[in-house]
Amino acid sequence: MSNQSPLRLGEGEQLLTGWGRTCPSLAKVVPVSTVEQVQQCIKESGPRGVLARGLGRSYGDAAQSGGACVLDLKVMSTIALNASTGNVRVGAGASIHDLLLATVPAGFFVPVTAGTRQVTVGGAIAADIHGKNHHVEGSFGNHVSEIQLVDGRGETQSLTPDDPVTRERFWATVGGMGLTGVMTEATFKMLPITSSMMSVDTERCADLDDVMSRMIERDSQYRYSVAWIDSVAATGRGVLTRGDHATADQLPAAKRATALDYGPKALASAPGLIPGGLLNKLTIRAFNEAWFRKAPKFEQGALQPISEFFHPLDFVQDWNRVYGPGGFVQYQFVVPDGAAEIIGIALRKLQSVGAPSFLTVLKRFGAANPAPLSFPQPGWTLAADVPAGIPGLATALDELDELVAAAGGRLYLAKDSRQSPEMFARTYPLLSKWRQTRDELDPTGVFTSDLARRLAL
Amino acid sequence: MNDALGDPQSVLVLGGTSEIALATVLALPRNRLRRVVLAGRPSPARDAAVTLLSGAGIAGVSAIDFEARSTSEHAALVNEVFDAGDIDVVLLAFGVLGSQDEGEANPDLAVEVATTNYTGAVSVGLRVAARLKDQGHGSLVVFSSVAGDRARRSNFIYGSTKAGLDAFAQGLGDALHGSGAHVLVVRPGMVRTKMTTGLPEAPMTTDPDVVAKIVVAGLRRGKNTVYAPGPLRFVMTALKTLPRPVFRRLSQ
Repeated sequence: MSNQSPLRLGEGEQLLTGWGRTCPSLAKVVPVSTVEQVQQCIKESGPRGVLARGLGRSYGDAAQSGGACVLDLKVMSTIALNASTGNVRVGAGASIHDLLLATVPAGFFVPVTAGTRQVTVGGAIAADIHGKNHHVEGSFGNHVSEIQLVDGRGETQSLTPDDPVTRERFWATVGGMGLTGVMTEATFKMLPITSSMMSVDTERCADLDDVMSRMIERDSQYRYSVAWIDSVAATGRGVLTRGDHATADQLPAAKRATALDYGPKALASAPGLIPGGLLNKLTIRAFNEAWFRKAPKFEQGALQPISEFFHPLDFVQDWNRVYGPGGFVQYQFVVPDGAAEIIGIALRKLQSVGAPSFLTVLKRFGAANPAPLSFPQPGWTLAADVPAGIPGLATALDELDELVAAAGGRLYLAKDSRQSPEMFARTYPLLSKWRQTRDELDPTGVFTSDLARRLAL
Repeated sequence: MNDALGDPQSVLVLGGTSEIALATVLALPRNRLRRVVLAGRPSPARDAAVTLLSGAGIAGVSAIDFEARSTSEHAALVNEVFDAGDIDVVLLAFGVLGSQDEGEANPDLAVEVATTNYTGAVSVGLRVAARLKDQGHGSLVVFSSVAGDRARRSNFIYGSTKAGLDAFAQGLGDALHGSGAHVLVVRPGMVRTKMTTGLPEAPMTTDPDVVAKIVVAGLRRGKNTVYAPGPLRFVMTALKTLPRPVFRRLSQ
């Protein structure tokens, strides 16, 4: 028997949480720089298993696994762009931020980006992230042509959606939350652009019905579309922003020579210590009022930099701290068009428990892809942040879950931190099919996460 | 796993017939619980506890044999429970009151109280703590008592076991700080349970349900120490500052 106390922290052990800063768990974080090191970690994995973690931007417990060996692939971030085909081969640890810095000046943009560019390519595929273009171009996985994966036996697999042998494994990995293996590299098609500016139409909308009817009418005419909803106003007023990449000719003559210049900046950092009660109904009401007023009533063809249009969340670093030490949850669901009334019901329900939200976002989804655990499906998706400590929140969200499930909708795993295993199994009908493929890739259950344990995946 | 709102899915109760512990399990959101293990001596009371929780709509309630004084069996028990799946909350709720007078007359009886309340808790508590640290998350709730805050003439045998338990639990909480595992020390005053039936009621006597709510709220907020009822904290702080002769007269 060893005399080393089992209660002391071991080498590399640290507490990990998601972006919502709830439910920390301790894991051994291991930086890896080669595929061989990844294979070795998997072959030597202990009873608590292995999980890859990117930049920790999933809100809940997807990128943490108590007691496990958590792989950090930050340095596996090579970027190889083929400018003639637009295909890019990227290390899984590269962030969308790194990728844009490398490719925008060459005239290419990522096929899909989330509201932050601080996500890794591996994370983007694992969560099958969506962006403002989902209604026309689908989610991230739709654009991927190959994934290099180290499976549960420590063997490298090349997965493509076209090969009948690897097809199922490819789609189980897209949206598979890192539970099918460790992705080390992916190839996908970039979008050619001729400027780093966006041409944006903005409309203020009087109430929720107004927002939704305008989206139904004209979303199809735009590549990108999203609505911000004032979660505090009783009417659910909002601001609709839609647009596309500006061509170089749309820029003023003086700017055309530097049309592809790209230099995103984070403007401010949230202070390290924020008292719990700072975010309250009053401050959030003021923020929502200001956000609504700052938008022009109606504006067409305004030029905006990429970062301002796509990545508003990146303007304040560590903004997740503003919710204080108790952390927050982001509730994001999708419901089919026939159940559009649930959007309004959800907004009122969150208001009624006094769950004020800063950035409440409404978007229309297009067709789903074949990934069994991919979140998007045709209809409406709403995302709202709420502080975790609000009394009655658990019950209110359980009631909303029930409405969403009954309507044929579901919750986004990259945001989820509190749904029940029953809710998940009910709303992802392809779960058993996914489990079969996962078991082929990982027969001994090496890959696990706190999310996987919570949802009994 | 605990979810983001602090609600656990799995609970181990050491002292599976403890009324306060059972009330605590019942005060947790029942729709999230998937596994509740009641560890205690085989008895009709333990069977009744399983029936009570299952009847309340809690899924996955089971019982396992546990004897606080049989410390040589603790390692196997703790491993068996944790090997079957993560435990989010452990309630260390066993303990005996004993009789002060009988203990003074027959010290072997006093030793039994000490072995159960303190030695047994050290044995199982350290083993549970190691498994919580291994899994990287989870809470250990230790039911101490205000009787441990200051020894009283009328029950210092029991009080001293709780004082030892309380100090042990505080130290354990510090040892686990930053490990994802956490210790909550609960110091109830007098609680109306079978343990106190027939005893004269002290001021601020409370019910298991009240203690349970305080424990659940303390778990959600990640507290290190809670009193039940809450204001006892101030009463005990005051009592601890009294000079010995005054306290002796008060606590006859």
